[in-house]
Amino acid sequence: MGTLKKNWQFHLMLLPSLLFLIIFNFIPMGGVVMAFQNFKPWLGISGSEWVGLDNFRYLFERQDSIQVIWNTLVIAVLKLVFNLSVPFVFSLLLNELRKMFFKRFVQTLVYLPHFLSWVILGGILIDILSTDGGIVNRVLVGVFGIEPIFFLGKGNWFRFTVIVSDVWKEFGFGTVVFLAALANINPSLYEAAEVDGASRLKQTIHITIPSMIPIAIVVGTLALGNVLNAGFDQIFNLYNSLVYEKGDIIDTFVYRTAILNGEMGFGTAIGLFKSVISMILILISYRLAYKWANYRIF
Amino acid sequence: MYHKTLSYRVFNVINICFMIIIALLCIIPLVHVLAVSFSSKAAADANLVGLWPIDFTIESYKKTMSNPIFVHSIWVSIKRTVIGTGLTLLLAFLAAYPLSKEDSAFKGRNIYSWLFVFTMIFSGGLVPFYIVIQKIGLMDSFWVLVLPGAVNVYLTILLLNFFRGVPKEMEEAALIDGAGHFRVMFSIYLPVSLPAIATLALFSMVTQWNSWFDGLLYINNSKDYPLATFLQTVIIQRDMSSMSINPKEMELISTKTVKSAQIFIGALPILIVYPFLQKYFASGLVMGSVKE
Repeated sequence: MGTLKKNWQFHLMLLPSLLFLIIFNFIPMGGVVMAFQNFKPWLGISGSEWVGLDNFRYLFERQDSIQVIWNTLVIAVLKLVFNLSVPFVFSLLLNELRKMFFKRFVQTLVYLPHFLSWVILGGILIDILSTDGGIVNRVLVGVFGIEPIFFLGKGNWFRFTVIVSDVWKEFGFGTVVFLAALANINPSLYEAAEVDGASRLKQTIHITIPSMIPIAIVVGTLALGNVLNAGFDQIFNLYNSLVYEKGDIIDTFVYRTAILNGEMGFGTAIGLFKSVISMILILISYRLAYKWANYRIF
Repeated sequence: MYHKTLSYRVFNVINICFMIIIALLCIIPLVHVLAVSFSSKAAADANLVGLWPIDFTIESYKKTMSNPIFVHSIWVSIKRTVIGTGLTLLLAFLAAYPLSKEDSAFKGRNIYSWLFVFTMIFSGGLVPFYIVIQKIGLMDSFWVLVLPGAVNVYLTILLLNFFRGVPKEMEEAALIDGAGHFRVMFSIYLPVSLPAIATLALFSMVTQWNSWFDGLLYINNSKDYPLATFLQTVIIQRDMSSMSINPKEMELISTKTVKSAQIFIGALPILIVYPFLQKYFASGLVMGSVKE
């Protein structure tokens, strides 16, 4: 009681946030019981019929849900690999620029797409990638003389477009953390290497890259916890019924089945499946990041 | 020394060219949209526009800005950005202060931090969330855009990490002089953390302005959509009903140029705050990586 008296102000400060979290985070967590029901909105949670694990059984029997889980993994893993490697290489190249103003100029332009939403970028991409006169196909046809490519309408091209456009949007922003790591490398290492006559390539291989590996491991490990988030905003704003088979991911599938088709119990079951796996992955990745690099969120 | 070798010079030239190309690739799509938005219907529909407007005209902007639904959606977006950012910052500030204290100074801190962090790693998913929004009667209200996301745990953690760097002596002196924690928070922590708060504000503003899914999900009347949701339905879902172009006008202006104008207007606020964002975000990210 003594501590409560001393710290009442702290509790009062946390109260508003806590109320918000209870209403918008913790109460919905309780709602996952719907995953074990044949939920009908007009009957509510108390009135709906309990069906045990039927929704989950159904989840692993349905062809489309298996496909969706697979799509999610494929798209997310490819994004993880490229969103790690492209910024890594790009920051090395950026680091070689000697003129400060030029470096700033490049940085300014490559960071920008990160801040634009997928609605804006989706609108732009749909326009420039279209087969009837989109600027990309105009260039491809005009310069290389090939058939127009149906980027957003053919399954494998769709996946390709999703990965490339995501890398395009995020690679610049991804360099921030690597550039910070580059700036922290001890200059005397390079001076010593210069005296020994090491070429720039040798310096990069033996000094720069090894110094960046730890931060790359942290970034990669933390991204691992996110691997079931394959990018709802992006997919939702780029896809169409032609590419559901290769492009549908868990989050977009939940929206379509639960909200649009009203299969609420089933939708909750997939959502719960995703939340549980994600939580396990996040806990593992944080554990690893802490172990390898002493990384803590706070 | 290596700067002078031939191979490094060759590399340098290639590298500079490569960097220019990559950097331009990041903005060319936006430049193209801008060019289309200022071009005439004939040029746009015939796909003649590249990176420069053809037959310059501002007709599409006039049309866009005379659409009352569009203008109203801008207003909704501004309102949500201002109120949403303000609320997020207030809550983050209030929560970050006690959470930045040492365990010894604030018993219970650990329980609170776990509750906060737990919401980052587990969620009930879309459907239960949707039902809760329905049950508490937030559907179709403006507040559904602002309240559910008001607590941003990530920003709170950034801010509490910043608070940990504030010298303890000032606080101790004030507490000894009899000030309460609210007093300390507002007259010591608030002034020194203004740069950090500015950074968080910019990030929060961008998030608010760009959010579209909540509008689509929880607001049924498309007249009350925020701009991002409006753009999503018109440009991505091609629902032309709210574009309010009548057949007669169709002959004069092209949906392509109007869409481009709308996309550009949607991106404009981001482009305006971008210089500030750029200045702050590196320090913002560094704040997040501060370790205990």
